[in-house]
Amino acid sequence: MWRRTFRATLRAGLGPGATGAVAGAPGARVGSCRFAGSDSEKAAGPSPGGRVSAELIEHLERLALVDFRNREGVARLQAAIEFAGQLRAVDTDGVEPMESVLEDRCLYLRADEVVEGSCAEDLLQNSQQTVEEYFVAPLGNITLPKQSEQHPVLKS
Amino acid sequence: MLKGYIPPYNATVVQKLLDQGAVLLGKTNLDEFAMGSGSTDGIFGPVRNPWSYSKQYREKRKQSHHRADEDSNWLITGGSSGGSAAAVSAFTCFAALGSDTGGSTRNPAALCGLVGLKPTYGLVSRYGLIPLVNSMDVPGILTRCVDDAAIVLGVLAGHDPKDSTTTQDPVGPFILPILRDVSKLCIGIPKEYNVPELSSEMQAFWSKAADLFASKGAKVVEVSLPHTSYSIVCYHVLCTAEVASNMARFDGLEYGHRCNVNVSTEAMYAATRREGFNDVVRGRILSGNFFLLRENYDDYFVKAQKVRRLIANDFVKVFNSGVDVLLTPTTLSDAVPYLEFIKEDNRTRSAQDDIFTQSVNMAGLPAVNVPMALSSQGLPVGLQLIGRAFSDQQLLTVAKWFEEQVQFPVIQLQELVDNCPTFSQHEKLGLVSLKR
Repeated sequence: MWRRTFRATLRAGLGPGATGAVAGAPGARVGSCRFAGSDSEKAAGPSPGGRVSAELIEHLERLALVDFRNREGVARLQAAIEFAGQLRAVDTDGVEPMESVLEDRCLYLRADEVVEGSCAEDLLQNSQQTVEEYFVAPLGNITLPKQSEQHPVLKS
Repeated sequence: MLKGYIPPYNATVVQKLLDQGAVLLGKTNLDEFAMGSGSTDGIFGPVRNPWSYSKQYREKRKQSHHRADEDSNWLITGGSSGGSAAAVSAFTCFAALGSDTGGSTRNPAALCGLVGLKPTYGLVSRYGLIPLVNSMDVPGILTRCVDDAAIVLGVLAGHDPKDSTTTQDPVGPFILPILRDVSKLCIGIPKEYNVPELSSEMQAFWSKAADLFASKGAKVVEVSLPHTSYSIVCYHVLCTAEVASNMARFDGLEYGHRCNVNVSTEAMYAATRREGFNDVVRGRILSGNFFLLRENYDDYFVKAQKVRRLIANDFVKVFNSGVDVLLTPTTLSDAVPYLEFIKEDNRTRSAQDDIFTQSVNMAGLPAVNVPMALSSQGLPVGLQLIGRAFSDQQLLTVAKWFEEQVQFPVIQLQELVDNCPTFSQHEKLGLVSLKR
């Protein structure tokens, strides 16, 4: 019965300490394979095996604001997208998305009443730039420059 | 990113412990923002496994003609809660808190020879726990024996009005009865967990543990969790998506690190976050934003949520078929040297190392690593027990039985032995516990 579980791998004959040499999870497939997924296959960004476009990375940087538009950032993103492509192989017809394992429960929400607070001083202390009870930010109406337009100081 | 930050409030789990008289000894090291499986990517540097300095390990190294005192080949603790594991393993404290989103408490527990408990999602408050994946995170508990873990869980479990994802059902008490008869117990062995990357030594220990249960009268059956192989990819998408959202709060304005760029808010945010986050974190944020783009949302994020349901349903089916507890490995092997671990990047390592622990977080189930024995290198190996949701007490009861059967040896740290004349080398684990 359950002994079959162990016999199967003994036949595969992996030696002791053989770990870490295999990249990716079992069943891993590289992004360039064709997938049998039933869901729509259109997605923005690179087609399987394609490259992340400059436009895409600029867009993502505006959203993420992590200053990772360099070659390494793009390479990581590329790899992440390819890795995620494996999901298409799963048949999820008729399956509802699961947001939380507690979906069948009625969760407690506090009444909308103030019961604690008045600790502005404590909160302001953690900030590097404050003026009286304000957090001070630089100008907010200037968009992040594109990589080609960047100020030399900001180039990573 | 949180350099110099002093929290103006206590997390519920910390406050509960303090209210019960716990003495806080300090904060421990970890992978940055709990992203990693080695505790090697923290701003304070990598964490060393105390077992690297144990008599058991060094004697084995001498036997295989390696220099026993070489310092450069120290071992990782596993991660991401490696600092907490190292602290408990080295007898610095009785218990430590970690977090567990993909195995981050159970993984270092296995490599450091500890009991690492991941409670059911919803049992312990997450208020004050920096969120990584809100629907999977739980505070983890690391101790040297199962009874201690039960004591800590008893303090921490329960409804918290400040965390709406905690159950309102009454919980506990978590006093563990001594299990004398396992004949009514059904142990499941998931066949998909027998992956090629599993070291043959780990596989032998797993098999031995299954034999142990069977020999004492328990029913041991093979079960199937067919979607196991997709859990890593599913986690990859859900985690990066949640990270992209959860990390947005770190902008340098209200707290934490802030850089000197003042051209514009966006420029300041970008530069602050570049300086404050390491590459792993930034990479995940960027990927997460990709998966959440309107045109990708259904294909990646919603798809991953559907796969998550399939994974969770696998467990429900197995438990409904009469299985009480699942028995699986926790890690692929015993602890590896740091120099070897860093040869692969963080994402590859996480994908490899999370394989046994990740799906449990998907399904929100309780799981515990119980140290079993020492490997041929003299290092700890542990096994994972997984239970039904909110069956934490039963799970720990079985874990305690298993712990009693295997009698995992105490770590022999030379300095510790030298300084404590009453601490004999044959002292068993259970005697040095909170219960004293």
